[in-house]
Amino acid sequence: MPQFRIPGPLRRLSDGQTTVDVEATDLANAIDALDARYPGFKDRLLDENGELRQFVNVYLNDEDVRLGAGLAVKVHEKDEISIVPAVAGGRRA
Amino acid sequence: MVPAKSLTPDQVARYARHLILPEVGGAGQRKLLGSSVLILGAGGLGSPASMYLAAAGVGKIGIVDFDVVDASNLQRQLLHGHDDIGRPKVGSAADTLRSLNPDVEVVAINEHLNSETAMRIFAPYDIIVDGTDNFPTRYLANDAAHFLGKPLVHGSIFRFEGRLALFDSAKGTGCYRCLFPEPPPPGSVQSCAEAGVFGVLPGIIGSMMAFETIKYLLDIGRPMIGRYLLFEGEDMSFRELKLRQNKACPLCGENPTVHSLIDYEAWCGTPAMEPSEARAS
Repeated sequence: MPQFRIPGPLRRLSDGQTTVDVEATDLANAIDALDARYPGFKDRLLDENGELRQFVNVYLNDEDVRLGAGLAVKVHEKDEISIVPAVAGGRRA
Repeated sequence: MVPAKSLTPDQVARYARHLILPEVGGAGQRKLLGSSVLILGAGGLGSPASMYLAAAGVGKIGIVDFDVVDASNLQRQLLHGHDDIGRPKVGSAADTLRSLNPDVEVVAINEHLNSETAMRIFAPYDIIVDGTDNFPTRYLANDAAHFLGKPLVHGSIFRFEGRLALFDSAKGTGCYRCLFPEPPPPGSVQSCAEAGVFGVLPGIIGSMMAFETIKYLLDIGRPMIGRYLLFEGEDMSFRELKLRQNKACPLCGENPTVHSLIDYEAWCGTPAMEPSEARAS
């Protein structure tokens, strides 16, 4: 089944898990499934209109979904979904 | 860049390991000696980046920072030593780089980098290396490099993870805004001061920034253009994602709306590179 890769800054939401398998057919319901198991991800990834936030990227394998079909993109067995938030270590946020 | 005319006997000895590499050779070494690189930040990333570039014989290295050395820097910022605590970072950085290689012209720029100063500070250099790792300066550097048509080496670190890319956005490669159209709201992202940083991590990412800079200057191999490298230190693993130009990018897309530098501190909701806060890079 498709697998999320959870980045360091968000692992406190996933009990420290670096990967999470989900049952889903598209990215939108993959995020729903992730949030159902580890609440908080949906709020981190989507804005109040249900669109991907501008400072978090989601990659399906090595492609940025924002530049493709977005949340409607189909996900398949063995697909890797990477959450890539903007990070900047060099100052107090 | 204007290649140096010829190598002195001392330079032939110093750069011997470069000279025997066909990809560098005498022509490449002279080109490096005629090149100029601006390093933003004399911190964790700027330390290894500037030190390797100096050792490699980049002829002119500018380094800009407005901070002073703090004890908490010394776990990873190798430009500075214990006796430098309290000194302006660019002072100890310049001393270290000059002692590494007297061939290098080191320009210490003890200035606040902002929308008023960036274009002037960037203009004399061939390539910009962003080691500041904070959002206002990152977007400022991205935009200023784009407007000046200069390549920009991007690096970032957080805890055990690092990122690397090379933007040459005036040539259509995509830019940081293509990747992240907007900065996160203030307070939503932890800094290294809050979350910590593994001391060797900036050594790895900063060294790769120097590596990509030299590759770009000498046109060696395949640059990190259109590619976004993620390093995960806990697994000691690297992954590469595609970085494409976003047609909707407000800076380098089809219908740009950003035509000049803006107030990045206001846009990001926080000040950039304040002396007391830039320490964690």
